[in-house]
Amino acid sequence: MIEAAFKGRLGGFDLDACFAVPASGVTALFGPSGSGKTSILRCLAGLTQLDGRLSVNGEVWQDARTFVAPHRREAGYVFQSATLFPHLSVAGNLAYGEKRAAARRRGAASQPVLDRDAIIDLLGLAPFIDRRPSDLSGGERQRVAIGRALLAAPRLLLMDEPLSALDAMTKADILPYLERLAAVAAMPIVYVSHDIGEVARLADRIVQIAGGRVVGCGSTADMLERLGLEAGVPAFEESALLTGVIASHDTALRLTRVDCGGQSLTVPPLDLPVGQTIRVRVRARDVAIALQRPSGISIRNILDATILTIDAAEDAVHGDVVLGIGDARIKSRITREAMAELALKPGMPAFALIKSVSFDGRRGYTARDPETGADAR
Amino acid sequence: MAALLEIWPAVALTLKLASVTTLALLVLSTPLAWWLARSRVRWKEGVAAIVAMPLVLPPTALGFYLLLALGPDGPGGAVAGLWGGRSLAFTFEGLVIGSVIYSLPFVVQPIRNAFQAIDNGMLEAAASLGASPWDAFWSVAVPLARTGFLTGAVLGFAHTIGEFGVILMIGGDLPGETRVASIALYDFVETLQWGKAHLLAGGMVVFAFLVVLTVLLMDKRGRVRQ
Repeated sequence: MIEAAFKGRLGGFDLDACFAVPASGVTALFGPSGSGKTSILRCLAGLTQLDGRLSVNGEVWQDARTFVAPHRREAGYVFQSATLFPHLSVAGNLAYGEKRAAARRRGAASQPVLDRDAIIDLLGLAPFIDRRPSDLSGGERQRVAIGRALLAAPRLLLMDEPLSALDAMTKADILPYLERLAAVAAMPIVYVSHDIGEVARLADRIVQIAGGRVVGCGSTADMLERLGLEAGVPAFEESALLTGVIASHDTALRLTRVDCGGQSLTVPPLDLPVGQTIRVRVRARDVAIALQRPSGISIRNILDATILTIDAAEDAVHGDVVLGIGDARIKSRITREAMAELALKPGMPAFALIKSVSFDGRRGYTARDPETGADAR
Repeated sequence: MAALLEIWPAVALTLKLASVTTLALLVLSTPLAWWLARSRVRWKEGVAAIVAMPLVLPPTALGFYLLLALGPDGPGGAVAGLWGGRSLAFTFEGLVIGSVIYSLPFVVQPIRNAFQAIDNGMLEAAASLGASPWDAFWSVAVPLARTGFLTGAVLGFAHTIGEFGVILMIGGDLPGETRVASIALYDFVETLQWGKAHLLAGGMVVFAFLVVLTVLLMDKRGRVRQ
């Protein structure tokens, strides 16, 4: 477990955050800019000192009497903008933490989970290993920074919006590296982000932060549903996750078919093996509802569903309908007019029409069972 | 050739003085500049002002107080007593002490600026990779401040070569002991030895030009690298 509680004032801002999450998988600290996510991450690393306590796997890093100095904590840190040492080559930067890791390890308490070659391979660093940081693109720099942190063999990896300084295209290039990292890394990762799309792709669980406080905590699937109408998530980004297994690839039509609890989902081609478990992120705005199975329609994904709940405020244009698809739930955002016309009621069978989906080609659910039993206190 | 031989002892003494002084200045300035760059105490600017005072003080005024301090009745006399001497004034050691104080701002300031320019994130990154503050200082801060160290060393060396007033006050004009190039030049002019004066002064002009050029080029390179 990672058990953390920090309380104090930081430049006109009150932080009072307390959470406990399993020490495995990816935990996202999610919230709007200025909500204190980075401050919490800095407290975890010991770079900022506030009153509080912190223990990682039973090892106390901070309490009333103890404050372990940052360089003695086995915590890797990836900063918002890559802080590579400009006087060292990429290889020199990578070696910096590697050399010191042995000294920091204090015996055999932990072992490097990935060796140097595996990390270089994982992050694709080989082509520019001898270059200087000033000769790298922003995305390459951030990959080196991640590799450097990993080579120090941390027992906890802290990432502070590692993609925020990058443009959208570079971001899209790096996300697959992060996904691979999340899949193979044995150490827990705490990932700060205000981008729900990033969080949905990477995180096993979400700790929601607002105004310096923890306001919610749970598995990514649960939290995406719950985050719903709250501030911090743009309405059009509201989404839910479906888990499925890749059933087949249609190379002629360039499509991949995913089996979601017995129902077939057709998606753009994915470069993943048959049998791989993936998460499909479905945005509420992309889901329509039909009471009969429609025919003569361009939408490929028509899933049997059951209406679970209906939520529409009196003064709102749209309402949210939660649909059960097998064991999973997705949300559909439709106008209140449509709701009334279809006379939707909880318990009714219906069809969910899904227009477009985004994917998280990922690990995880078959290889290991991520604990998502996070709780806010 | 004879003229060269005659000015050589003064030039050699000057180079020796400047080398020893520069070395002492680097040792002293590094922790001082680091503290001035990173400390958050309010009175540090007071210390910075004291360090910078030789920039505006007449060298003779500084020399006068140094003469009292180094003399038999000052702390310098007590120190000299340790090896049976009477005073540090009018000795090579005295000149080194005087030169260190006089050239201190020229070395501290560039190093302080270089330390201040280092992004705190660099040091935090070093800490997160397991480097202790001492380790991070040597493995990150010093290499990144390299240009500042070079500039400081060159300026300190050159400024020591060019000093006159302080040395005249605390060192007098003892051949081989305290007669440095600038004092020797003054003597040559006083005794109307224009040829030797030209040789010495001309050499110093060329030297000064090279020093300033070096510092400017280093400064430019340092900026390009960042």
